[in-house]
Amino acid sequence: MDFLALTPLEIEALNLSLRVAAWCVAISLPFGIACAWALARLDFPGKSILDGIVHLPLVLPPVVVGYALLILFARDGALGRVLASLGVEIAFTWKGAVVASAVMAFPLMVRAIRLSIEAVDPGLEVAARTLGAGRMGVLFSITLPLAWPGILTGMVLAFARSLGEFGATITFVSNIPGETRTLPLALFGLTQAPGSEAAALRLVIISTILAFSALIASEILAARIRKRLAH
Amino acid sequence: MLDTRIEHSFPSGFRIDAAFRTGAGRVTALFGPSGAGKSSIANAIAGLFAPANGKITLDGETLFDSASARNLPPERRRIGYVFQDARLFPHLTVAGNLDYGMKRTRANLRRVARDQVIELLAIGPLMGRRPASLSGGEKSRVAFGRAVLTSPRLLVLDEPLASLDAGRKAEILPFIERMRDELAIPMIYVSHAVEEIVRLADEVVVLDAGRVLRAGPTVEILNAGAIVHADMGDPGSVIEAEIARADAGDGLTALSVNGGTLFVPHLQGARDGAAVRLRIRARDVAIARERPKGLSILNVMPARVRAVEDASAAQADVMLDIGAPLWARITRRSARELALAPGAEVYALIKSVAIDRGA
Repeated sequence: MDFLALTPLEIEALNLSLRVAAWCVAISLPFGIACAWALARLDFPGKSILDGIVHLPLVLPPVVVGYALLILFARDGALGRVLASLGVEIAFTWKGAVVASAVMAFPLMVRAIRLSIEAVDPGLEVAARTLGAGRMGVLFSITLPLAWPGILTGMVLAFARSLGEFGATITFVSNIPGETRTLPLALFGLTQAPGSEAAALRLVIISTILAFSALIASEILAARIRKRLAH
Repeated sequence: MLDTRIEHSFPSGFRIDAAFRTGAGRVTALFGPSGAGKSSIANAIAGLFAPANGKITLDGETLFDSASARNLPPERRRIGYVFQDARLFPHLTVAGNLDYGMKRTRANLRRVARDQVIELLAIGPLMGRRPASLSGGEKSRVAFGRAVLTSPRLLVLDEPLASLDAGRKAEILPFIERMRDELAIPMIYVSHAVEEIVRLADEVVVLDAGRVLRAGPTVEILNAGAIVHADMGDPGSVIEAEIARADAGDGLTALSVNGGTLFVPHLQGARDGAAVRLRIRARDVAIARERPKGLSILNVMPARVRAVEDASAAQADVMLDIGAPLWARITRRSARELALAPGAEVYALIKSVAIDRGA
């Protein structure tokens, strides 16, 4: 059963991938909910532009996103300087990998949450207002609880997208062992080295199991929530 | 005291231009056909719709004033709202729904006791259930409870019975009456059903095509003449009466109407001296010049003709005075042959009486 034991490289890449994906979901969720709510429920000038910007990473080559992040977050970049003054450096660190995958996963997350917010009957929100809840109160007590299955879906999609993120990550934070070498980057490294086919295949299997488990888990959770809302 | 003045033109071309004032009664009905603007007015009062022009004040507080750009948001108006569809929150239990508004009401403003409301609406056994498992009638009772538990200064009911079948309506009406009588919350009751209004409302604002046709005490408005009662579906009269003898023998109850006596089938739970409100359809009233003999109709009352109006090519509406106004719809030929003219002494033959309200 030796083949079930993970190698140090696999453990390192797996841990890093999970950490990056978890942080990716955590930091993009508040922005994702805010964006999705604004797009679903508000009418404001520039709404279609915001919609376009949110969806841009879906259609841009990932290398373009990675390069743009590199320019922005480099030590002398616009955002890099601000972060450097706060003592934070993200270029070429695992935090950079979080930012890269968060940007790439953002459209998927916003789309799922937006659809579920749009499916919430606005009449219920109006009823909540007449019962004394303000706009924010309605969001947290009515809209988000009812949109929860879609929010969960958005989180899982973002998590899975982050696990698979490659192009923007390698462009932005490079392929540094133990720092930014997530599963896809480790796999890429192995495919470049002769005689590593077996090791590469193991990473393929690990990645597939991971992504598949995330999807199954979200389906089970969402089904449970839907059942609770229906009865 | 609610003072409302609203002007608004909708993109569809529909225009509301309505002003009215209520306050004397516990329940004021906004009454009119669908598309008359009733719901828009109710929404403006609750803060769910901001008209282009107007001013709304409640008990001296300005809720909305287009001139000073004041528009209090709905959550700060302290106006309860019961929607046509109950709009219960599906992710909360019945108890969670009831508490939603109550816990958002400042403790020192809570005047309505939770236990009293639960008992009054008979929703105690439902507390742990989710809205999806409730029947239509149960949902509307929970929606009433949820709204009144915010201790509102005014309760707006927007056709709360319209989505229920006749059986459910009959089940819910007594609950609304109990809320009116026991909780002392003024209500605005939006409806196009004359039976509901006669039964519940003290005052009526009659709306048509966005305008106020008439406003005033229910009995006065609903008897005000052919023009108004033609808008109300089945023309008829509304009469206040008193129970003279609850048990008048033969399973009948005797009612007194300004000295005259009307017999109706025994009224359940009737007490001598209690006030009731009757509705008598104009087509259930016939007129005779002399007191008829050998007639199966029990209720024959001396009357005096007050007015004769043509209702259609063939029919006329005759307003009789039996101590209260009573409309009769007869053919124009009969009116001519009986020489009915204001002042004529006749007998009113009343075929059937609907009891709409035990007050």
